[in-house]
Amino acid sequence: MKSRKETMRSYVINLIAVVLLFVLMNVGTRTGLLGRYQTGVLMVIFINIILAISLNLTTGFLGQIALGHAGFMSIGAYTAALFVKYIQETVGITLAQKGNVSPAGTGFFLLSLLLAGLVAALFGLLVGVPALRLKGDYLAIITLGFGEIIRTMIEFFSFTGGAQGLNRIPKTATLNVVYIIMVVCVMVMFAFVRSRHGRAIMAIREDDIASEASGIPNTYYKVLAFTFAAFFAGIAGGIYGQYLGILGATDFDFMKSIDILVFVVLGGMGSLTGSIVSAVGLTILPEVLRSLADYRMLIYSVVLVLVMIFKPSGLLGTYEFSLTRLIDRLTGRQKKQPSAAGKGGASE
Amino acid sequence: MSVPVLKAENLGITFGGLKAVEGFHVEIEQKELIGLIGPNGAGKTTVFNLLTGVYQPTEGAVYLNGTALIGKKPHQMVAAGIARTFQNIRLFKKMSVLENVKVAFNHNMKYSGLQAILRAPSYWKEEQEIDRKACDLLSVFHMEELAGHVAENLPYGQQRKLEIARALATNPKVLLLDEPAAGMNPTETAELMQAISLIRERFGIAILLIEHDMSLVMNVCERIVVIDYGQIIAHGTPKEIANNPRVIGAYLGE
Repeated sequence: MKSRKETMRSYVINLIAVVLLFVLMNVGTRTGLLGRYQTGVLMVIFINIILAISLNLTTGFLGQIALGHAGFMSIGAYTAALFVKYIQETVGITLAQKGNVSPAGTGFFLLSLLLAGLVAALFGLLVGVPALRLKGDYLAIITLGFGEIIRTMIEFFSFTGGAQGLNRIPKTATLNVVYIIMVVCVMVMFAFVRSRHGRAIMAIREDDIASEASGIPNTYYKVLAFTFAAFFAGIAGGIYGQYLGILGATDFDFMKSIDILVFVVLGGMGSLTGSIVSAVGLTILPEVLRSLADYRMLIYSVVLVLVMIFKPSGLLGTYEFSLTRLIDRLTGRQKKQPSAAGKGGASE
Repeated sequence: MSVPVLKAENLGITFGGLKAVEGFHVEIEQKELIGLIGPNGAGKTTVFNLLTGVYQPTEGAVYLNGTALIGKKPHQMVAAGIARTFQNIRLFKKMSVLENVKVAFNHNMKYSGLQAILRAPSYWKEEQEIDRKACDLLSVFHMEELAGHVAENLPYGQQRKLEIARALATNPKVLLLDEPAAGMNPTETAELMQAISLIRERFGIAILLIEHDMSLVMNVCERIVVIDYGQIIAHGTPKEIANNPRVIGAYLGE
C-alpha cells in the first residue's frame, strides 16, 4: 500500500479530473455543442458504466459468471419508475414536465435510486443464497433462468404495465446528476474492492479452498459481492427508466445481460477502469458506425472477436489505469513501481 | 501435565463403506513438532482435512486447548487457531505476495464495508497495521524484497514459503504442514528446515508435519506418528520409529 499522503494526492488528482469533465460537459451542453442526441449517448454511457462495474464485481473479482444482471437492472428500473410515478400522479408533486426537472424531482430521483438499489439488492440476496452454492457453468445457467423469470413476471403482473410496458414515467434523470451518481458509484466500487473485503473476494476467485483455509468465510463474501453488484445494477436500472420515460420487459432480456457481460470481458475481468473504457467504447462504437447502416453490428462483432483473439484477458486484463501514475510518468516524477496499484475514482 | 494445544481423540471418517481414517489419536504440546508419516494413500491428508474442518469426522473429536471443535467450517477452524498449507501449493496466484499474506489477516480485522467505502480512520489504521505485520512476516522468510511480485511468478521454493507465511498470518496455535518439502532440492529443504525451527522459536506454535523426506522428518521432529490404512501403527521418537518392525514392514512390504 502506498502511503496515505500519496493516496490523498491521487484522490485530489482524480477529483480534479472529475470536476474538469463535469465542467467540459456543461460547457458542451450550454454552447449547444452537445445536442439532444449527444447527451442521450452520454446518458447511456453513464448507465452502462454503472452496469459494467457492478457486474465486474461478480464476474471479474469474484470470478463467477452471472447471466442475469439485466434481471436486477429491471427490478431497479421498475421499482424506481413505479415510485416516481406514484409520487407524481397519486401524491401530486410535479417532478418533471416537458424536460424541466423540479428540485423536488431531483430529490425524489435520488430517493428512487436508493430504493431501486435496495430492492434489487434484496433480490440479489434471495437469489444469491441458494445460487452461490453452485459455481461456474451451473451458476451461469441458474442466473440466466432467474433473469428470464423476472422478465416473465414483469409481463405477467398488471402493476408493472404488463406486456405493454410502463409509460409516462417522470423523466427526472438529468445529465449532471447522473454523472455525479456514476462517479460516486465508481468511487464506492473502487473503495470497496481495495479493502479487506475486496481482497477476500479476489482470494475466493483465485482459490476458494485456500481462501477458506485462510479464514475467509467464502459463502458470506460470495453473497455479499452478488448483493452489492445487484444493488448497483438496480441503480443503473432506476436511471434508465427515468431517462427514457417508458419501460418494457423486453428491454431486459437475456441479450441485455450478455451486453453487460461483454463490457466486463472486453474491458478485462477484474479491472474497473477496463470496464469503464469498454462501456464507453462499446456504447460509442455502434453510434459512430451508424452511417454504415447494416454493417455496423458486423463491425461491432468483429471488434469483439479481434480483441478476444489478441488480448484474451480483455483490454486491460486486471490492470487498473491510474491518472496519477500517468501524470507522474509524464512529468518524470515516478520511479518504476512493480505493483499495479493506483488509487482513485473515475478515470474515463 | 498441561492441556495439549491440539488433541485429536479417536478421530475417524467413513466414506461410504470405506474407513479412511479410524481411531486417530494425537496430542500436541505447545512448541512441539510432530511428524505424521505413512505410505501413499495411508490417510495422512485425510487426517489434515479432519483437523481443519474440510471433512466432518464421523467419530471422535478435535480439541483445541481443551475445547471441542465440533461442526466447524474450515474458516471457523482457522479463526479458532488451526492453520494449514497444502500438498499441492494453493496460492492466490494472480495476487501479489504481500496481498497473499494480507488476505489471511482478514478474520482478525474489524472495519466494515461501509467504513472501507468511506475510508474511515479505522480503515487506514488497520490497513497500515497489517501492511507492517505482513512485511514483518515476509522478512522472517527473507521475502520482503518480493512483496510486490505476483505470487505465481515466484520460484517453487519461495511459493512454498509464502504459503507457510500466509498460514502464519492467521495467527494460529497449531500449524499443519502438508509435505512442505515436496519437490524441493536439498538446499531448499535445508532452508525450509531452518525456517520451520525459526517459526517454532519465534511464534511458539505447535506443528504437525506430513513429510516423505525421511531425513527431514527424522531430524526435526520430536515425535513421529505413523499411519497405514487409516490406522496408527506406531508412535514414538524418531529413533524408535526407525527401528519399529511394523513401520519397516509398512514401508518395505512384509
